[in-house]
Amino acid sequence: MIESDTFVQALQDIGVDFFTGVPDSILGGIIAELMERRLYTPAVREDEAVAMAAGAYMSGKIPAVLMQNSGLGTSLNTLISLNYIYQQPCILIVSWRGQGGNDAPEHLVMGEVMPQFLDTMKIPHRTLTEKTAIDDLKWVAETFMQKRIPVALNITKGVVKGLHP
Amino acid sequence: MRPEQGTMQSRAMAMAALLELLTDQPVIICNGFPSREAQKIADRPTHFYMIGSMGSAAAIALGVALSKPNKQVIVFDGDGNVLMGMGTLATVGALKPKNFIHVVFDNEVYGTTGNQPTISNVVPLEKVAKAAGYVNVERVREREDLVYEFKDMLKKDGPSMLLVKVNEMVEDAGRVMLDPPDITKRFMQAIRNS
Repeated sequence: MIESDTFVQALQDIGVDFFTGVPDSILGGIIAELMERRLYTPAVREDEAVAMAAGAYMSGKIPAVLMQNSGLGTSLNTLISLNYIYQQPCILIVSWRGQGGNDAPEHLVMGEVMPQFLDTMKIPHRTLTEKTAIDDLKWVAETFMQKRIPVALNITKGVVKGLHP
Repeated sequence: MRPEQGTMQSRAMAMAALLELLTDQPVIICNGFPSREAQKIADRPTHFYMIGSMGSAAAIALGVALSKPNKQVIVFDGDGNVLMGMGTLATVGALKPKNFIHVVFDNEVYGTTGNQPTISNVVPLEKVAKAAGYVNVERVREREDLVYEFKDMLKKDGPSMLLVKVNEMVEDAGRVMLDPPDITKRFMQAIRNS
């Protein structure tokens, strides 16, 4: 399991310097670490977080947006009609709730379709694993710089240490 | 505050009066007619014209304001837009960026889609902003009040909201001419060294 502070440090090391989002339990440890480092700006909706990140990007920041995968639905229009068409990249750190069908009912549909959903939205994505973490983050940074569109790093349960181990 | 009747001023007139008072401040302009009108009145590289993602103008501006704390950031918004992204009033009110001025041109309709009514005739958006934590809020109708209050807000610490009652008149302005990626590049370059 990756420690939250190691993960946050790795994001900072690839240049991420603006963090916003809406919490999820899988992301709890990461958000706690970001708050500890006074790096986190809380948003009230995921589409708002994505728009704030766009503003930060245009001001010279490298933004990351943390969200539960349900938030992909909420931010769909912003991702397409702001980020995508205006070529404003951001790093989406998305918790994969409902993966494998083991979760509360509200997570099961998005949990099942999430990879296809991201493909349909033309958002490049990868799922973080402990073994490939260094490569995964390198890929995120390269995709961000080259494609200038949102790029998603999916986080499954238990890969990064949460608040309640 | 005056009674809400006989609003004579058009959004374009109000916008022109405000743009005269601005120089190199970043201005985020919401989608629909406001961006088209602003482009026609005074096209500046510091303008970010939105052509979609309705409801997001204030959130984009908030991202700029937080990243550029020494630069005053202006939003030109509409009542339909604010209602759609009303949660952002809370985020702004809670974070209290001092360099954030939110101008809302309130014509009580969705103008771009054919003047269907919004609900801003019964929901005073500047009061919502005040309750959410905006430091200064004003509601104006006349040009002289608009200019006076906006000048005042430019001098004060925010966040501030200036709600401008305007009529439904639309300036004869074409679509936003620049391609979206060029709007991004131009805006980024214009605010880079500030």
